[in-house]
Amino acid sequence: MNTNPPQNRGLTAIDGAMVLIIVLLIVQIWLLSATLESFLAGHREAALPGAIISVILFAACLGLYRFVDRIDSEVRRG
Amino acid sequence: MSWFRKPSSTPLWRDEFPVFTAGERYVNRRQFTKFLTLTSFGMMVGNLWILGKAMLHRPALYPRVPVAAMDEIPVGGVKIFNYPSSGDPCLLVRTAVAYSQKCTHLSCAVYYEKEQNRLECPCHQGFFSIADGAVLQGPPQRALPRVVLEKKDGQLMAIRMEEESV
Repeated sequence: MNTNPPQNRGLTAIDGAMVLIIVLLIVQIWLLSATLESFLAGHREAALPGAIISVILFAACLGLYRFVDRIDSEVRRG
Repeated sequence: MSWFRKPSSTPLWRDEFPVFTAGERYVNRRQFTKFLTLTSFGMMVGNLWILGKAMLHRPALYPRVPVAAMDEIPVGGVKIFNYPSSGDPCLLVRTAVAYSQKCTHLSCAVYYEKEQNRLECPCHQGFFSIADGAVLQGPPQRALPRVVLEKKDGQLMAIRMEEESV
């Protein structure tokens, strides 16, 4: 039997989403610095895949934020 | 999801103000998540900016500049000159190779270390190969930009900078 109150269950889901966003952000920071280093070294072909992956990572972060916002609306605001 | 609020809606402070402790946990987490998402947006803009710069890049036009006479510098000797503009110091090492004098780490001036036959940045102990400017050791991530030289009528001429580094 799950004794966790519904409000805390919502918090667990939000914490999980937050950890995922942080992992995605770390990947995005690495991607930005690696793309910049390549660009400054004259390897301009790395810019397009870097930008595409960065857009995908941002979309994933946005999706997770929307999830957090929805949980917040459902639990806290009723 | 509300990114932009209507002026006539409930004031933000009333909507965000947590009455219960549990509510405060939700608000804090949601706001932190929003901050992280905006950071992600900023980095995406950074990547798109790099893409824009890469797509709009045009090959630079370099002047032909005489650097030194062939017999002007002794073997193992160096000469500092400016190329392509007067604000870009470069280092010519007699074996007829020349590199930008700005370290690719934090732009300190590199110098030629004759005993080890390599270029050294004294600021953070970065070392570069004299053969191709590649990083041998230290914090720099990129090779030194190379100045392409041409021998003509006993003169060494700088003709362009190498676009891609090793």
